[in-house]
Amino acid sequence: MLHIKCPHCGMRSQNEFSYGGDASVKRPNLNKEISDQDWDNFVYNRKSLRGKHWELWQHLSGCRQWIKVERDTTTHEIFNTLKADEDIS
Amino acid sequence: MDQNFRLENVGLINRNKKISFKFNSKNYYGYEGDTLASALLANGVHLIGRSFKYHRPRGFFGAGVDEPYAVVQLYRNGETEPNVKATEQELFEGLEAKSVNCWPSVNFDVGAINNFLKIFLPAGFYYKTFMWPKSFWYRIYEPFIRKAAGLGVASTKHDKERYEHKYEYCDLLIAGSGPSGLASAYAAAKNGARVILAEDKPRFGGSLLTNDVNIGNQSGKDWADSIITELKEMPNVIVKNRSQIFGYYDHNMLVMSEKVSDHLPKTKKYHPNKRLWYIRAKEVLISSGSIERPIVFGNNDTPGVMLSSAAKEYLKIYGVFVGRNPLIFTNNDSGYETAIEFKKNGINPIVLDSRKNPDSEIIDEAKNLGINIKFSYVVVAAQGYKKVKSADIASISEDKKQLGKTENIKCDCICVSGFWTPTIHLASQSGNKTKFKEDIDAFVPGKSKQNETTLGAANGIFSLEETLKTSLKAGNDLSKKITEKENKVSVPNVVEKKSSKHDKFWCVPLPKGKHYKRFLDFQNDVAVSDVEIALREGYRSIEHVKRYTTLGMATDQGKTSNLNGLQLVSEIENKVVPAVGHTTFRPPYTPISIGAIVGREVGKHSKPTRKSPMHSWHEKNNAIFVDAGVWLRPRYYKRGDENLFEASKREAQNVRKNVGVCDVTTLGKIDIKGPDTAEFLNRIYTNSWLKLPVGKARYGVMLREDGIVMDDGTTTRISENHYHMTTTTAQAANVLSHLEYYLQLVWPELNVNVVSSTEQWAGAAIAGPKSRQLLQKLFPKNDVSNEGFPFMGYKEGDLFGIKARIFRISFSGELAYEVNVESNNGNFMWEKIIELGEEFRIQPYGTEALSTLRIEMGHVAGSELDGRTIPYDNALDGLVSKKKDFIGKRSLQRAAFISEDRQRVVGVVPLDKKTSIPEGSHLVKDSNAPLPNPKLGYISASCWSVEYDNPFSLAILKNGKNMIGEKLFVMSPLKNKVIPVEIVSSHYVDPKGERVRS
Repeated sequence: MLHIKCPHCGMRSQNEFSYGGDASVKRPNLNKEISDQDWDNFVYNRKSLRGKHWELWQHLSGCRQWIKVERDTTTHEIFNTLKADEDIS
Repeated sequence: MDQNFRLENVGLINRNKKISFKFNSKNYYGYEGDTLASALLANGVHLIGRSFKYHRPRGFFGAGVDEPYAVVQLYRNGETEPNVKATEQELFEGLEAKSVNCWPSVNFDVGAINNFLKIFLPAGFYYKTFMWPKSFWYRIYEPFIRKAAGLGVASTKHDKERYEHKYEYCDLLIAGSGPSGLASAYAAAKNGARVILAEDKPRFGGSLLTNDVNIGNQSGKDWADSIITELKEMPNVIVKNRSQIFGYYDHNMLVMSEKVSDHLPKTKKYHPNKRLWYIRAKEVLISSGSIERPIVFGNNDTPGVMLSSAAKEYLKIYGVFVGRNPLIFTNNDSGYETAIEFKKNGINPIVLDSRKNPDSEIIDEAKNLGINIKFSYVVVAAQGYKKVKSADIASISEDKKQLGKTENIKCDCICVSGFWTPTIHLASQSGNKTKFKEDIDAFVPGKSKQNETTLGAANGIFSLEETLKTSLKAGNDLSKKITEKENKVSVPNVVEKKSSKHDKFWCVPLPKGKHYKRFLDFQNDVAVSDVEIALREGYRSIEHVKRYTTLGMATDQGKTSNLNGLQLVSEIENKVVPAVGHTTFRPPYTPISIGAIVGREVGKHSKPTRKSPMHSWHEKNNAIFVDAGVWLRPRYYKRGDENLFEASKREAQNVRKNVGVCDVTTLGKIDIKGPDTAEFLNRIYTNSWLKLPVGKARYGVMLREDGIVMDDGTTTRISENHYHMTTTTAQAANVLSHLEYYLQLVWPELNVNVVSSTEQWAGAAIAGPKSRQLLQKLFPKNDVSNEGFPFMGYKEGDLFGIKARIFRISFSGELAYEVNVESNNGNFMWEKIIELGEEFRIQPYGTEALSTLRIEMGHVAGSELDGRTIPYDNALDGLVSKKKDFIGKRSLQRAAFISEDRQRVVGVVPLDKKTSIPEGSHLVKDSNAPLPNPKLGYISASCWSVEYDNPFSLAILKNGKNMIGEKLFVMSPLKNKVIPVEIVSSHYVDPKGERVRS
């Protein structure tokens, strides 16, 4: 079980969180024309990265904040966690 | 029975307390502190079971967790447990155990014929032989193999025992209480660190209990006792025996199984049987010691052949000698320690040492005691079937390839020592890349991946002095970093015997013309010849050899067999052992009860149960409940001997005719506040929300980004910047996360706050033509006329002094209202509604009637909004705004979603107006068409229409829009039904929706 540092609450066990997918995906703005391919990429297509990966987690059984977590997908090492409004460097 | 093999005054058992037990239906006794193994050995019982494949007689090989085959079926307090290691099971009054793998009895086992057929049962035998004819597999081969192989039998009864889970955090977790564990725990505890010290055995001290050493002018055991006593008194230390740390997982999370009651005849009241600890440690110290490894020779599985360390442990801890004429076969000095213990207790052992002329303190001591030692000598084969009777021995050349003339000597046990294998399972599980240490011929942990440090024998350090020095330092240094305090413990003075170098010798060659089985893996019956076959057949990777031969598999995980297997592969392949590599060590290190893993989450505890504040009223009024997610909801209220169908029909009819009341507390509720709420809702819902006035509710549908309907419900504008959203019972949690996602990550600029208020409000839906009259009685001060309180209106009311929220919304399709009060007033509200509703013939109705009402009205719900349908499919496309953008809108342009013959909800009525239509059935054009019959749609929900008194169903049907009036067939292969039906509008009752507005 992973040990995730919530930027709001501190170190907590994985069972307090739920996974939310790739954090680098940006939702296209509303009311903006978008091609089928770009929309398809946004809704469905994700990279299955080996190694460092920025991902979203929600601290569901805690502060309920969505956070960004940089995790190695092979070793599970967590390098960094950010609040929802902090940008991935 | 006399204990013929028990010494007087030796050992740590309590001789004042006799304990009687049964093995294979025969009565024996032992003493408090015995294991089942030591008590049986004290009684001279060596034959305990039959082997896995050849059904050869098997005895005891180890004295603890290292035991590969002495597993029994245990009976305790009316329950049975399979595969219990006799060497780990502590004796308790009334214990009963039986042998496994034998029929009809361990002494006469029919399966032993396999032993004589063994030339026909080589590695991979099952793979090769039972392949054809294919049809034989299920009927003949599989049942036969299952019966012939396998270990114990699992109980089929419900487990009455209770198991608990516990979460714990600490600075240092120390696995094993041998010298390295004790020293590091002590040093860390002195520095104020929070320490957990875990020992899998009942007694603390590890090798100090059996080794003849002195620490600080005390015996090793006395030193261990004094350290444990001191640790137990320290508030920052948890000391646990009978607790096996069996798994090392991510981020320094380890799991430990504590046997709370296994050593007792019966679990004490309020105690669990086992407790599973999830421990998150800042630092982990692995002091799991080492396991002696066998030397491989002919018939080395005969009962009476065992590890020399086990023989020593039986002597020193239990006062049991495993034979009167022991033969000790060693390639290092450890065998001499066992020999010396025998000699000191008046038993004359013979020592065979594969080395030519070793020289050390221990060997000198053995010589001085007059022990008979033969150098450059080996055991070629054990003789005897159910017990060792003699041994064939021979001299061996220096290159270990030539045997001298074989001679036979009498002996009744053979104690083997092939040097020591560090127990690296935990380190390996943590991700540590292990390395091969040439001077001990074994793997030790290499570079740590997590915060883990391996100490003492587990790290290949076999000198006590060195172990204590490094362990005290590790405990001190690691804890100092955490606590920033130092209270250094000095290294005590150690007296131990110096050892000479071991011999790199592990397998005795076969003498000419002999074909003895030489076993590598005792649990899985894997012999040298099996590995040779695997390699001859082309298996190269050690992982493949493992799976083909089953070497190192099952519950044993290669504790005694691993290295010898690798040695053999490396020798045949002409590679060095590190090049062969070892197989992956997987948790659990030892078998763990499924019960312990499951914990308390069994039966009704497997998920939480939520009840509405009116639950006890429902119970008193004969409600039959149904699970709705984690909630319990009344399905119907039973009157007399009504069944589900009759009761729900009565309840639904009463709603259509008079008035009914339904508990809707379970609906998800989300309180939304903030100046940008209207804009937020406008982006989340498919319809328009910018112009909703205060005091009005609106129905809305929200989509996922892929265009699929996520949920529906009403949202009401309570005041300028305050909204009340309802969701379906099942989706409440997901919808809240969904809203939080967009507010926190996508549109942080919106000033909106959301919070769940599901449990803060109790809800009652009052539905039926007489509901307005009832509402007036409940809220006499409010104007409830159709003009004063129109459909989709909202009012606040005063329910006899209690603040209430009143919504004019309807799920049943009748004139209806929903009243919400704070949860603690829920029951008061409910009883008032029932009391005042009496004159209008009110009846409570459950979810079954609710379903009937919504289905015949054509209102979609969870069975249509099933995560596969878009608004069009549910006839909700009228609610999809063309003017604005919202979540998921872009996906609705996908070709499949706009195709002409897109599926859509329809109504289905059987032509005979009698036959009920099973939910989940398929709709087809021709019931006699050849398979696969093209499926046009499926039945999503079925009811008995109370309006028309005939069956009615909703279906999602291809090209549904243009299918009204068509005649199709419903097919249910499950129920073996073919029903001719007509497709009608989904709005079967009141298609114009006049009633809700009346």
